[in-house]
Amino acid sequence: MNIFVFVKRVPDTESKIKVDQAQKIIVEEGLNFILNPYDEYALEEALKLREAKGGKVTVICLGPEECLTVLRKCLAMGADEAVLLKDASPERYDGWRTARILAKAVQTKTPGADLYFFGKQSVGADNSQVPAMTAELLGLPQVNVVVKLQVEGNRGTAVREIEGGEEKVEFSLPAVVSAQKGLNEPRYETLKGIMAAKKVQIPVLLLEDLGLKPEDLDAGLEITALDTPPARKAGRMLAGTPEESARELVRLLRSEAKII
Amino acid sequence: MILVYIESRKGAVKKSSLEALSEARRRADELQTEAQAVLAGEGLDAAAAACFGYGASKVTILDGPVLEAYSAQGYALALESLVRETKPEAIFFSATSLGKDLAPRLAARLSVSLASECIRLAVKEGRLEYTRPIFAGKALLTFKLKSRPELASLRPNIFPLFVAGKAGGEVVKKTVPLGADQVQGKVVEILGEKAGALDVTEAEVIFSGGRGMKGPENFRLLQELSEVVPRSAVGASRSAVDSGWIDHQHQVGQTGKTVSPNVYFAFGISGAIQHLAGMSSSKVIVAVNKDPEAPIFKVADYGLAGDLFQVIPPLKEELKKLLAE
Repeated sequence: MNIFVFVKRVPDTESKIKVDQAQKIIVEEGLNFILNPYDEYALEEALKLREAKGGKVTVICLGPEECLTVLRKCLAMGADEAVLLKDASPERYDGWRTARILAKAVQTKTPGADLYFFGKQSVGADNSQVPAMTAELLGLPQVNVVVKLQVEGNRGTAVREIEGGEEKVEFSLPAVVSAQKGLNEPRYETLKGIMAAKKVQIPVLLLEDLGLKPEDLDAGLEITALDTPPARKAGRMLAGTPEESARELVRLLRSEAKII
Repeated sequence: MILVYIESRKGAVKKSSLEALSEARRRADELQTEAQAVLAGEGLDAAAAACFGYGASKVTILDGPVLEAYSAQGYALALESLVRETKPEAIFFSATSLGKDLAPRLAARLSVSLASECIRLAVKEGRLEYTRPIFAGKALLTFKLKSRPELASLRPNIFPLFVAGKAGGEVVKKTVPLGADQVQGKVVEILGEKAGALDVTEAEVIFSGGRGMKGPENFRLLQELSEVVPRSAVGASRSAVDSGWIDHQHQVGQTGKTVSPNVYFAFGISGAIQHLAGMSSSKVIVAVNKDPEAPIFKVADYGLAGDLFQVIPPLKEELKKLLAE
């Protein structure tokens, strides 16, 4: 089974985000970058499938040179191959641009994969767009936000999360699957894996190598502002016994906040 | 014209779809155009009629073999045919599980970008301007879309309803001549859907628990609070989920769900940055924590420094009393 896993390098979720309002970009200085948490579930699922059925897991990342660290982590977790699609341009928050590049990268790679894994979203852009757009560009079925997956031959069954429940989806391979927390428990890198990953020469493809022209890479978003939301002010502390403060709280929610 | 995709469950329109329709109507008025609704499937006459009350000037119901079971692939094909025929300037979805699955698929079919999970829309110089949270709300991105038609999904529980008070209007039915063989995957079953169970993203009140809940059995207390208050749900912090106390569907925060209820109750949640990112857009935040120095108090409108196990029982009684009035 041939499997591609698409991963992204994102700021750690514990990071405070600062913005440069004039340039309309996130201030990257001082940020700690990690492998997108949802991509870990995607990679783990790919590795489990390979262990059960044989085959190869290739990890693909779009972004700047620094993404090589993220790709080495994936190799250390057990991926067979890694590819960097080098793109030095800043984040444009446009899933359509990303999907076109990834689909093009897939189309130039033969043979294609039986399964294309993504995280259900990148933490940061939070778009949840790229898996579905890539599936459409490749003409494949998609199952997003997957918490259970089974593959038999060229048929798959997945359970995806919806509001207050789950949907069971049946599909044929090849297919695009995006992973949600709960799908599995991602493994840690082994020391041996880390040492081996250090020595790997990771191929780097430029976007021009994929035959993409500058007009294909125009971002579809015309960004007019990037701000931080107004800070919330600390409100008031309610004193008294639990009974008194509970009563006072409910009174305030009704009369002052006019909420309940 | 702004076209709005309307979702329904068992024949009833989803409130979040009506919110999207309402916002479409408000912006359409500014742009001197109209808002229309589209539904897909069978048995949707009542759902279609409901759309006129929230600003639709016309409603289209699509059906056909490719729409019998849900697949983003098939639904995008059907919507594409309607879009090519009616040429809307913009298409809105609610950013529900279905909206987030379908909108990007349709965007790719139409070769356009998509504004996901918007929380604010405006009209500037005759064009729509979108604002959406990034980094789970740590920053806000405002932009215009260059491609046409413009596609956007609107976050539930943000946009107020537009009450048009109109009872009926033109409903058009169209059968999409596409076979079920057009798709290679589809929903075959809906599992574990509890009657009336609301997701945290849809709830108007959230009772959320963290490490201070001390164990899985105590989430029962939050469940009981939720049973008292209509349109409420139980949430949780990452540490409570990672400890296995409650299912990850309930997780609020940067690796969980971003929520904006009317009231967010944080019980025993210290307030890690990634958690605050997911709930800071709540209208009112109430924090109950033993530690008076907990960071959650810095964002809370009302704080109770005390033992949550002593606060919950009288709180439940007070809420019961109030709601019984």
